[in-house]
Amino acid sequence: MKKNRLIPILLLKNGWLVQSKQFSRYQNLGNPVTAVRRLSEWGSDELIYLDISQDDTYDRRRSDQGPNRQSFLEIIDDVSRAAFMPITVGGRIRTLADIENRLKVGADKVSVNSQAFADKEFITQAAKEFGSQCIVASMDAKTIEGRHIVVFRGGREVSPYSPVEWAKNLESQGAGEILLNSVDRDGMKTGYDLELLASVCEQVKIPVIACGGAGEWSHFAQAFEKTKVDAVAAANIFQYIDQSVYLAKKYLFEHGFNVRPPDLLTI
Amino acid sequence: MLEKNNFTQRTGRPSALVGRVSLSMDNLKVCILDYGSGNVRSVFNVFSILTEAVFISNKPEDVISATHLVLPGVGAFGASMKKIQERIPLTVLENEALVKNKPFLGICVGMQILADTGLEFGEHQGLGWIPGTVEKIDSRGLPLPHVGWNNIEIKKETPLLADLGNSPDFYFVHSYAFKEKDTSHVAAKTEYGSEFTAVISKGNIFGVQFHPEKSQKAGKILLKNFLNLR
Repeated sequence: MKKNRLIPILLLKNGWLVQSKQFSRYQNLGNPVTAVRRLSEWGSDELIYLDISQDDTYDRRRSDQGPNRQSFLEIIDDVSRAAFMPITVGGRIRTLADIENRLKVGADKVSVNSQAFADKEFITQAAKEFGSQCIVASMDAKTIEGRHIVVFRGGREVSPYSPVEWAKNLESQGAGEILLNSVDRDGMKTGYDLELLASVCEQVKIPVIACGGAGEWSHFAQAFEKTKVDAVAAANIFQYIDQSVYLAKKYLFEHGFNVRPPDLLTI
Repeated sequence: MLEKNNFTQRTGRPSALVGRVSLSMDNLKVCILDYGSGNVRSVFNVFSILTEAVFISNKPEDVISATHLVLPGVGAFGASMKKIQERIPLTVLENEALVKNKPFLGICVGMQILADTGLEFGEHQGLGWIPGTVEKIDSRGLPLPHVGWNNIEIKKETPLLADLGNSPDFYFVHSYAFKEKDTSHVAAKTEYGSEFTAVISKGNIFGVQFHPEKSQKAGKILLKNFLNLR
C-alpha cells in the first residue's frame, strides 16, 4: 500500500539555512548541507529544499565546513550527494531552463509558485516537458478579512483566487502535487490550518502536501485524521530536536497511521 | 512532550541502527551504463557509498572489464530504447550479460527495456532478455503516475532481496509496468489499484521498477546484495 509521507522543508536564504515566521522574520540555522545529511539519516520520506533568497548572493562564509559555494545550483549539487531520497527543489523558478538546471544537479522534482501566476501556461509547459510527476505546484494562502486568499511573491502580492479555485486550476494545468502552505500559521507552532487543507483536498484528486504550523507530532496526526492530505511537511519542528524525523515517524507509526516504519540509517 | 522525547532518544539509540555495509568482494568493478539517463548521477552517488570501484561509461572496453552492469533509467520506453541503441554497444553488452552471465541490474525504465515490447507512446521494441511486455498500470482510478513509497511483496527467494524482510518499502515513479510471459520470472509484486511486477529476475539478470538510489536503507541493502552476486 502506498504510504503517507513525512517531509522536512529546508529554507535557504543567501547561502544559509533559515527559520521563517509568517514569511517576514528569519533566524539563521546554519550550514545548508549538514542538515540534509541528518534528515536523510533520520529516515525522511522526501526533502523539500526552497530558495527564498531575494537576490543572487550565496555565501556560506565558512570555509571549515567544506568548500564555500557561490551559487544555488552548486549547493543543490552538494545536497543531492548527501540525500538518498527524493528531493524537491523550489524557489525563483521562472523558465523551463531553470527546471532543467535543477534536475541536472540532482533534483527529482521542482516546486513552482509565483511563476504559475505570472504565466498561466507555465505549469502546462513544464508538465509536458518533464512529466507531471516532476512538477509540484506550491501555493500560499493567507486569511484576509476572514477568508482564505491565495498570495504570491512570498505573500507580498494578493491574488483574486480562493485556494480551492487556484488548486483546481493548478491540477487542470498538469501539476503532479500541490504544496499548500498557510502564511498565518507559518512558524507559529499552533497546528495546521485544517479547514484550509480539508477544503482543498476535497476538490482535487492530486496529492496535497500540508505545510505551515506544525509545532508537535500530534499536529501531523491531526492533518491525516481530519483531512485527506497525502503528506505532511514542516520546517522548524525538524530543526531543533535531535532525530526529529525518526521520532515523528515513530509517533505516527505507533498511532496506526499509514507511514513507513521509523528507522535510522547510517549512510 | 517534545522535551521528553528529546531526552529519551538521547539515552538509548534504537536497535534498528545498522553500521556501514561492508563488501567482501575483491576486484569488484561496477559499470553504470551511460546513455544520457537523468538519474545516472544519483545511481552513481549511492553506489560510491558502497564501493570505490564504480564508474559511469558506455565504452566497450569498460563493459568488458566490469564485473557488474547497471542500466539506470527514467522517462519513456521508446525514447530510452532509442538512446540505448545509439549510445551503448549492445552486442558487447549482450555478450557480457547473456553469455558471460555477469550480474546485471536494470532500474525503472532500465528494467522495462528488458521486455520484448513497450506500449508507452506507441509500440516499441525492447531488448527482449526477459519475455514480456510493458503496459500501463491498471490503477483502478488511483492517480497516475504512481509516485511515492510503496511496499513490495516478495514472491520468489532471490539473493537480491535478502535481508529486506517480507515487505520493504521502496520509492516508485512510473505509470507503466512489466507484464511477464512467464510468472517464474517474478521476484516481487506491488499493489497500486491492482498488482504489478516490482522486481523481475532471470538467472543473473535483475530488474527493479522502483528507484533503489532514492530508497534510503532498503535501497542500499538491495544494491549491496547486488554487488555480492557473482
